[in-house]
Amino acid sequence: MALITPSFGLIFWMLLGFGLLFFILKKFAWPFITNTIAAREHRIESQLMEAEKVRQDMANLKSEHQVLLVQAKEERDQILADARKMRDKLYEEAKEKANNEAKAIVEEAKKAIHFEKMKAMTDIKNEIANMSIEIAEKILREELSDQNKQEALVSKWMDDVHLN
Amino acid sequence: MTYNKRGKLLRVILFAFLAAIFPLNMQAGEHNEAEQGFNPGEFIIDHVIDSYGWHIAGEGDKSISVSLPIILFDNWKPVVFMSGKFHHGHAAYKGYAIGFTEDTKGKIVKLGGSDAGYTGHLEEGHTYIIDNQSTLIDISITKNVFALLLSIVLLCWIFLHVAKQYKDGGDNKAPKGMAALVEPVILFIRDEVAIPSIGKNKYEKFLPYLLTLFFFILINNLMGLIPIFPFGANLTGNIAVTGILAIITFFITSFSANKNYWIHLVNTPGVPWWLKIPLPIMPVVEIIGIFTKPFVLMIRLFANITAGHIIVLGFISLIFIFGQMAPALGYGISVVSIFFYLFMGLLELIVAFVQAFIFTLLTALYIGMAIEDHEEHAEAHEATEIVHN
Repeated sequence: MALITPSFGLIFWMLLGFGLLFFILKKFAWPFITNTIAAREHRIESQLMEAEKVRQDMANLKSEHQVLLVQAKEERDQILADARKMRDKLYEEAKEKANNEAKAIVEEAKKAIHFEKMKAMTDIKNEIANMSIEIAEKILREELSDQNKQEALVSKWMDDVHLN
Repeated sequence: MTYNKRGKLLRVILFAFLAAIFPLNMQAGEHNEAEQGFNPGEFIIDHVIDSYGWHIAGEGDKSISVSLPIILFDNWKPVVFMSGKFHHGHAAYKGYAIGFTEDTKGKIVKLGGSDAGYTGHLEEGHTYIIDNQSTLIDISITKNVFALLLSIVLLCWIFLHVAKQYKDGGDNKAPKGMAALVEPVILFIRDEVAIPSIGKNKYEKFLPYLLTLFFFILINNLMGLIPIFPFGANLTGNIAVTGILAIITFFITSFSANKNYWIHLVNTPGVPWWLKIPLPIMPVVEIIGIFTKPFVLMIRLFANITAGHIIVLGFISLIFIFGQMAPALGYGISVVSIFFYLFMGLLELIVAFVQAFIFTLLTALYIGMAIEDHEEHAEAHEATEIVHN
């Protein structure tokens, strides 16, 4: 039957044609196609791996950042605390110094006042002495006509002077 | 050889249901066809088998055909002419004619005796003598050979074009156009057929053959489904074509087989000893098996594709059978026929892919079984069994 009887011509052309097709495709088509596909797959795979690595790095970097941030915050707090302490200390010191100075000034003033007072007293004393002398002179001139009286007076004043 | 009106009853054995519906009554000469009406059996077989010209439309002497080259080697002397000279089998040319008796039907014969070198119409009732003495080698470009060459040109064009796209694009570009069309299929053959069947380390050597095989069967299956010239030849439903593909697979399997494969044939492991000695039952089964595998490959593709064509042609025949009874009936049934034709066409589209895939997968499995290492044996065997079921 024609349906299941292979004909020689078709076998011949089939062998020749399919052989030729296989040869052409194997030589000029399949290597380029399959190699390029494989290379592309390889490339995509390596790029995905690289991306994964970068992602990992980024995550690491982020956590590093976090740590740094926390550290920086701590440091800032520390610095602020230190500064506050320093400020308080300086304030205390300045206050003490000011107090001391004020005290010293007051002391000085007191001394000066005392000194001035003493000086004034001395002046007054001197003045009083001078006036006394003048007054005494005048009285003496009046009274010293009598010798006895003079002596008695002198001794009396001398006692008075002592009393002062 | 007598050219006469005596009808010969020829039953189509291969497809019993068709034979039951349409008892085939084939005529020796086509002259009688018009008188005796439409013969679906002959119509279907004529469209499924190979022919020297490419019939397009019409019937008998009024038919329109594309003339294809006839190439003969008559006693190693080349003879070339166009098939149109045969006038659809009704004429002889330079002593060559298309045979019409049962043993020579459809083949080119050389006329001998007083008719040697005869050119002209074949007379009815005249007895022609065939020259059996001279060697006649026929490598004509028949319908199937033409389809084969066309498919080869198409495949070369497609894949050289794709290869160029890849060459130009490099591995840095996504596939475009034709490359995008074939790349998933190539990946499918590589990842789902070649690698699981043959193994990751050895598949590369066989991939070009598997790819060529798959695309060759696929494109010819698809071309066979297009009913317009220059497509529609039943190439992958031709036993010579599927046979050659099966034989190539057989040779590749046998020549790449390792020692294990041959040892397993003679001394199958895991089988009771009394199946091997004294009667070598298992070795005989195994050795028959290496031949049945390609044989089954050949039959499966041939039968599937031919059956598809026959069913489609059967539906078309229905229109003419009913049209002969009454034209209105023919028009009426054509609606049903076209519906079923469409349904079968879609089914055949799936079959085209499935058969190409199965042929390639089984080839890959046979190669894998022939080159596998001892440890992998059980696994691959299981896989084959599943596919066979």
